Amino acid sequence: MSVTKKLMYINRRAPYGTIYAWESLEVVLIGAAFEQDVSMAFIDDGIYQLLKGQDTNDIGMKNFSPTYSALGDFEVTQIFVEKESLEARGLALDDLMHLTYEDEDEDYAEKDSIKVVSSSELADIMEQQDVLYNF
Amino acid sequence: MPIEVGGKSLETDEEGYLANLSEWSEEAATALAEAEGIDMSTNHWEVVNFLREYYEEYQIAPAVRVLTKAIGKKLGKDKGNSKYLYELFPYGPAKQACKIAGLPKPTGCV
Repeated sequence: MSVTKKLMYINRRAPYGTIYAWESLEVVLIGAAFEQDVSMAFIDDGIYQLLKGQDTNDIGMKNFSPTYSALGDFEVTQIFVEKESLEARGLALDDLMHLTYEDEDEDYAEKDSIKVVSSSELADIMEQQDVLYNF
Repeated sequence: MPIEVGGKSLETDEEGYLANLSEWSEEAATALAEAEGIDMSTNHWEVVNFLREYYEEYQIAPAVRVLTKAIGKKLGKDKGNSKYLYELFPYGPAKQACKIAGLPKPTGCV
């Protein structure tokens, strides 16, 4: 009874201020424990979730950004960032955390998890999913 | 139910996890282990210390599958399997070891 589904979690909101980003991350980690084919997409202000050097001291919330680096351990290795959203915010791939995973099939070579894709490429990837979750 | 450690009373939740991570100490770990019927050996400490380091770095406790893989990588292949971990922590390595390490219940631990 193990059917693997393609699940994509779409993150559109800034990390703090609402609970969406953290809830999404928790659900992703739980979903990964069930050995599903999990990917994540970051669009609009969702991009800010992946920003380097987050500091939440002054807003009294837990800085959960280090947890994104654990996604590779949980075998969540496909993280799509929309190019247009990055550019609209004056950001580049270098402004985001460097998320990696180890490829078991290639002698645990370290590979990048984040792929920057255009809006239309992302639309095609979404088309291939069984389930889309919006956060 | 709070646990008594060195004359101090530490708050726990209804499942026995420490309410306040910062109150953890090796003494507290020994007391938490005792409540679980576990006598802490070097092998137990290895796993507990690993979990604390993992939490420090990623701010979450790893799921069993992740723990097994990571332990194998860090402590050697003979330890990176669920049989070894279940021998140390019979009621579930992630749940029990996290409790002793003073971490919250692991994400994805249903």
